Amino acid sequence: MTGAATEPLAPGTRSGEDSLLEVRDLVKHFPIKRGIVIDREIGRVRAVDGVDLDVRKGETLGLVGESGCGKSTLCRAIIQLIPPTSGSVRFDGREIVGLRPREMRELRREMQIIFQDPYASLNPRKRVGQIVGDPLKLHGLASGQELRRQVQELLEVVGLNPEHFNRYPHEFSGGQRQRIGIARALALRPKLVVADEPVSALDVSIQAQIINLLDDLQDEFDLTYIFVAHDLGVIRHVSDRIAVMYLGKIVEIGPADAVYDNPIHPYTLSLLSALPIPDPKANAAREQIVLEGDLPSPANPPPACRFHTRCPYATEICSTEEPQLRHFGGGHWAACHHPLNVSEPAAAAA
Amino acid sequence: MSLLEVEDLRVSFATEDGTVKAVDGVSFAVDTGQTLGIVGESGSGKSVANMTILGLTRSPATTIEGRIRFEGKDLAELSAEELRQISGNEIAMIFQDPLTSLHPFYKVSKQLIEAVRAHQDVGKDVARRRAVEMLKLVGIPDAERRVDNYPHEFSGGMRQRVMIAMALINEPKLLIADEPTTALDVTIQAQILNLIRELQERLGMAVILITHDLGVVADVAREVNVMYAGRIVEKGTLDQIFYDPQHPYTWGLLGSLARPDRPRVPRLAQIKGQPPSLLAPPQGCHFRPRCPHAFGRCVEVPELEQRAGEPGHLDRCWLSAEQKRTLRVVAEGQIGLEVPAA
Repeated sequence: MTGAATEPLAPGTRSGEDSLLEVRDLVKHFPIKRGIVIDREIGRVRAVDGVDLDVRKGETLGLVGESGCGKSTLCRAIIQLIPPTSGSVRFDGREIVGLRPREMRELRREMQIIFQDPYASLNPRKRVGQIVGDPLKLHGLASGQELRRQVQELLEVVGLNPEHFNRYPHEFSGGQRQRIGIARALALRPKLVVADEPVSALDVSIQAQIINLLDDLQDEFDLTYIFVAHDLGVIRHVSDRIAVMYLGKIVEIGPADAVYDNPIHPYTLSLLSALPIPDPKANAAREQIVLEGDLPSPANPPPACRFHTRCPYATEICSTEEPQLRHFGGGHWAACHHPLNVSEPAAAAA
Repeated sequence: MSLLEVEDLRVSFATEDGTVKAVDGVSFAVDTGQTLGIVGESGSGKSVANMTILGLTRSPATTIEGRIRFEGKDLAELSAEELRQISGNEIAMIFQDPLTSLHPFYKVSKQLIEAVRAHQDVGKDVARRRAVEMLKLVGIPDAERRVDNYPHEFSGGMRQRVMIAMALINEPKLLIADEPTTALDVTIQAQILNLIRELQERLGMAVILITHDLGVVADVAREVNVMYAGRIVEKGTLDQIFYDPQHPYTWGLLGSLARPDRPRVPRLAQIKGQPPSLLAPPQGCHFRPRCPHAFGRCVEVPELEQRAGEPGHLDRCWLSAEQKRTLRVVAEGQIGLEVPAA
């Protein structure tokens, strides 16, 4: 399914520009082991199970799915925080799977991550100046007065008081801590920033502040984002394109408005229809498809189409033959035997 | 007389740093069959107010004032023992995190049977049959077998169902649900919200739903209280709050939302700053420091009363009706506090 790379994106989604990231058939399995002296592998959690993905320079790719679908693992495997089991990741044209630690360290400058929990992701024993300045120091980019000047500049960029250089994380609120995490991620002027649920732990009014900040920084520093969130409203607001994951696989990917207004995969439709809309009239008009049951275990995913056990449209073929990602026009891809919201000719052509 | 009437409730905690006024003069009422949504951010006092109903905030360091009348009885005056007779029986509560609300060492059957036998004089067999019935009612498949599982053997959504089953097993008249779906995925959230609605119709309960999620409120509640820094700042029906909001904080909340059902707006209308410390809240209107429309009079506390809204629609804001109508519109058809420049 490497076709995802060559097909044009929809107009208005920065087509014609190069891919910053090309992910091909990426797999990450975690072994389940048992035994005290001798570890025997008794199974595998197939957290990411064959993902193809392109991220264009300057775009925001939103990644959605239920907990346990593998979206965080995918992010970490892409930026090599955990070694993938197999597959390829090309960053700026260069293969980065299997790089030696020294080469990888250089590359880390260009890929940074913002974590979900602003309380757990900052070292409580370090001062803010150290937290934000350490990446610069480790890469030998600045020291002494220059380091201090750069850190204060970064604090200002993310909307914190530069005078607070010497404070500890516990002296800040959740939203301010998330700004510290963002300043740290920006310190090395990365090209790619992975934001893994950056606003989920924050209150609504603070969420909007952080989302607006990330938006400003993208323009100012020419950033490319992979944005993970389970809040489908947030994802629609920040993303140019959206990828929907289910049990380790991408089931649908396309321009944000196309995915939300005309979802092709029944899983996407059920996710969207389950979402209460903060507008009583629009909410009352919403047609709900309530999925039965819970997410199956990724250690033992259903055969063929992984969604067939919960899918209201499933037929026999869904449990025998795995659907591949197909292009339905406009850069909108989905992996389904019974695509929704698609005209007959488009389905036949796909 | 309503089923539950909370009147001028004040809860403060003595801490090393001073007194925290968590709830500062809150009044509300719920009737049988009604669903009241209480919306607010962390620290707004929405959970403390409701935990106080069942006496869960009582401690030597807590000062509680005001009246909490349930079917005419003042719960604030009851002893801990008397409150225990009511909690879990006539009033039940469910919390955000099912794992910390269920005992990890005991089978679900034991915990459910105990809940029944604490309030009803029935044998173990009867209580167990009731437990299985309840698990079936909340949609746990294979309930006869699953009743003998431990809490960790259930998934998050299933655990939340077990907790709902435990809360409802004595058919309470009032259910207080504190962020019941916040820890769950949207598909599971939809199942749980539908379940609460369905059970409410069947059992005719009153429900107080505490949440920060305006989507959940729009889905379940009929009446809404908006809380900020220990006070109710606006109170009205669902439609009044969403389509004719009177308080700038409510505008800010509505504007901060990224709508899933509409194409993106260029900028979210945020609320600047952060909620005040309740150790030293600002004088007058608590929202004043974050409000771009604040003026001289805002140093006086505005009472919660009908101002520019329809009858029954109350708020705490000094702005005139005319100002409210124009200031809340930040873009065409969009309500918010202010749209920041890029």
